[in-house]
Amino acid sequence: MNVLIYLIPASLFLGGIGLIAFIYTMRSNQYDDPDGNSQRILSDEWDDHPKP
Amino acid sequence: MGVQVHEAPIEDTRVMLSLPTIHCSACISKIESALNAMPNVHEARVNLTLKRASIEADPDLTAADLIPVLNDLGFEAHELDAGTIAATETDKAGRALLMRLAVAGFASMNVMLLSVAVWSGAQDATRDMFHWISAAITLPTIAFSAQPFFKNAWAALRNGALNMDVPITLAILLAAGTSLYETANSGHHAYFDAALTLTFFLLAGRYLDHRTRAIAKSAAEELVALEVPRAIRIERDNEITVRVSELTKGDMIMVRPGGRMPVDGVIVSGTSEIDRSFLTGETLPLFAGPDTHVSAGEVNLTGPLTIRATAVGEDTSLHRMADLVAVAESGRSRYTSLADKAAKLYAPGVHILSALSFAGWYLFTFDLRMSINIAAAVLIITCPCALGLAVPAVTTAASGRLFRKGMLIKNGTALERLAKVDTVVFDKTGTLTQGAPQLTNIGDHSRHDLQVALALAETSSHPLAMALTQAARDAGIKPAGLQNIHEVPGYGIEARWQNRTVRLGRASWVGADAGASTSAHLWIEDGNSAQFIFVDRLRDGAQSIVKALQDNGKTVILMSGDANVAVEDLANRLGIKDWIAEALPGDKLSRINDLIDNNAHVLMVGDGLNDTAALTAATVSISPASALDAARVASDIVLLGKSLDPISDALITADKSVSRIKENFRIATLYNIIAVPIAIAGFATPLAAALAMSLSSITVSLNALRLK
Repeated sequence: MNVLIYLIPASLFLGGIGLIAFIYTMRSNQYDDPDGNSQRILSDEWDDHPKP
Repeated sequence: MGVQVHEAPIEDTRVMLSLPTIHCSACISKIESALNAMPNVHEARVNLTLKRASIEADPDLTAADLIPVLNDLGFEAHELDAGTIAATETDKAGRALLMRLAVAGFASMNVMLLSVAVWSGAQDATRDMFHWISAAITLPTIAFSAQPFFKNAWAALRNGALNMDVPITLAILLAAGTSLYETANSGHHAYFDAALTLTFFLLAGRYLDHRTRAIAKSAAEELVALEVPRAIRIERDNEITVRVSELTKGDMIMVRPGGRMPVDGVIVSGTSEIDRSFLTGETLPLFAGPDTHVSAGEVNLTGPLTIRATAVGEDTSLHRMADLVAVAESGRSRYTSLADKAAKLYAPGVHILSALSFAGWYLFTFDLRMSINIAAAVLIITCPCALGLAVPAVTTAASGRLFRKGMLIKNGTALERLAKVDTVVFDKTGTLTQGAPQLTNIGDHSRHDLQVALALAETSSHPLAMALTQAARDAGIKPAGLQNIHEVPGYGIEARWQNRTVRLGRASWVGADAGASTSAHLWIEDGNSAQFIFVDRLRDGAQSIVKALQDNGKTVILMSGDANVAVEDLANRLGIKDWIAEALPGDKLSRINDLIDNNAHVLMVGDGLNDTAALTAATVSISPASALDAARVASDIVLLGKSLDPISDALITADKSVSRIKENFRIATLYNIIAVPIAIAGFATPLAAALAMSLSSITVSLNALRLK
C-alpha cells in the first residue's frame, strides 16, 4: 500500500494542472466565441506570430 | 455663409457592428480582411457567436465609413452603441459561477475516486486516511463553490422566508459536518463525495439558468443598442452631433428625412410629412410645417426639419407612455413560476421529514450520533438535485430550439405562461402588416402615365413613392425623361415633361379629391390626372398564423389605433371576427385587463409605443424585431425574422416544455418516494446516495434534451 504515498499526490497534482489550465483559459477570454473558433480552424489565413 | 458640418467629438476609438447574416469561416475572413485593409483601421475582429465585429480604429473613423464596405461584400451591418455593449461584454457573474463549477467538478471527481476505494473495501487505517484526504479536498471546495447557496439561504432566512437554498445549504453543511465527525472517530460512512456532487449538480443547474438569461439579456441590449442615440444640434450655424442625453429644452435640432424625432418639439422651419404609426398606429403620413407639434419617436419622411425642443428625456410623450407601462407592470408580478411552486411545497416538507426522522430515531435508540447521521442522510437523499435541474435544463433546451427558429426568449417564465394562452390579440400596423404600403391599381393606368409617375417617384424617399417605384419597375416600366425634377417637402414631387408641368403628390396639391384610401395623385398639365391606391402589405405568415391559431381553438382579436375602414378591411381579409379600431393606448390596456379578469390567458403581439402598456399587461407578449425598443423591452419574446410563422412553433414548444418540466418533477418525486423510506430506515449508504443522486440528475437532463 505504500505506493499510495506517491500515487495520491500525483493524481491530485495532475488534476490540479488541469484545473489551473482551465482557469487560465477562462481568464484570457478563450470562451468568448466558441462558434467562431470552430470555424477559424478551417481558414487558410493564419499568423506565424501571435499579435501583440 | 454655408453651414459647416462637424463630426461628433465622441471619444470612442472602438466601433461595434452587428452582422446578423454571417454564418461561416469564409464570412469571417472576408470581413476581417476587408476591414483590416482599410487605412485607418488598426484591428478588426469578428465574433461569430455574437454575430458582431469589433473594430479598433483612428478616432475620426465612424461606423458610417465601415458599413458601405461591408454592404458591398453582401453583408448586412448595423452600428451598435459601444457604451451599452461594453457593460454586458464581460459576464462576471457567469464567469464566477463557471469557476465555482469547475472547482466543484475537479474536487468531486477526486473525492469520488478516493470513495470508490472505500466502497470497494478499504479497511481501518487506509479507510481513515482516504477519508482525511477527502475531507482536506472537500472542506475548502465547499467553502468556495457553495457560496452562492449559502448567500441566498442566509438572505432568505434573514427575511424570515424559506427558499430552495435553505435545505441545500443545510444538506451540504450537515453532510460535511457529520462526515468530519465520523472521520475523526474512525466511522465507516462519510458523505464527502455526496456533499461535492450535490454542489456540482446544483451549480450546473444554476449555470444553465444564468446562461439562458444572460444570452437573452445581452441580445435584448444589443437590440436597444441598434438605435444609436445621437441627434444633430444646431449651434451658431454649426451642426454638431451629440448624444440625445445631452439635449436640453430650447435646443434647435435638425432632423433629416428618414430620421426619428429625438425629443418633443415644435417645428421652426421646413415642411415635410411625418409618420406617426409607431405612436398611434395610423398608417397615413401627416403633413408637417412650421408650428406643428411633433413627439419623440415620430419619423420625418420627406424634407429636413428644424425643431425647437419643448420637452427632453423623462418629460417627452415617449416617457409618459412608460408610466402606463409601470401601472401594467404591477400586475405582471402576480405570476408564480412552476419552480417556485415546487420549492414552496418542497422546502418545508424536507425539513419536517428530516426533523421527524431525527426525533423518531433519537426517541427509539437515544443514540445522538446515529440519529444525526440518519437525519443528514435524509437531507442528502431528498436534496433537490433533480429538482434544481428540472426547470433550467428544459428552458435551456427550449430557448435554444426557438432561437434557431428566430425567436428570442427574454423571460424565464415566458414559456410556462405561453403554454396557458387561449386568446391572442394582434396589433395591426407593423405587426400583422409590414407597415409598408403596396400599390394595388397598377393595371388601371396607361403606360405613359406610369412612365411619368415612375420618373417622379424614383427621386423621393417617401414610402408611397418608393412603393410606386418598386411596383412600376416590377411591371417592366421605363421612366420617362423629365427635366427640372424637385421635391416640394410635405406636398410631393414636381417636374417638367414635354414642356408641361407634372406633379405627383397629395390630393389637395394637385387639385384632386382625396377619398378614403391611402393614395398618391399624378397630375399632368393640360392632361389627365390619375390616382394610385395603396394598401398596407401583410407581413409574411400573417394569414397562416391567424388560421393556425383559430384552428387550434384560440380566440383571435385585432386591436388597432388606425381608422375603422382600414381595420375592418384587414379583419375581413384575415377572417378575424373580433376587431377594435381607433383604440387609444389606454383602451388597449383596459380591454386586455377585462379579458384577464374574465380568466382569459392573453398573448399580445404588438410593435408600437401605443401597444407597450398592453404588452406589459398581457399574460405573455411577443414583439417583432422591427418594433420600437420600448415595445421590445416590454415583451417577453422577440421575433428576430420578418415572418410571424414562428409564433405557432413557440406555442407548440411551450406546451412541450411545460409537460417536460412536469415530467421532470414527477421523476424527481418518484426517486424520492423510493429513496426516502430507505434513508429513514437507516439503510442508506454513501454509495446508494451517490448512485441515486447522479441517476436522477442525468435522467432529468436527458428528458429535457428530448426537446431539441
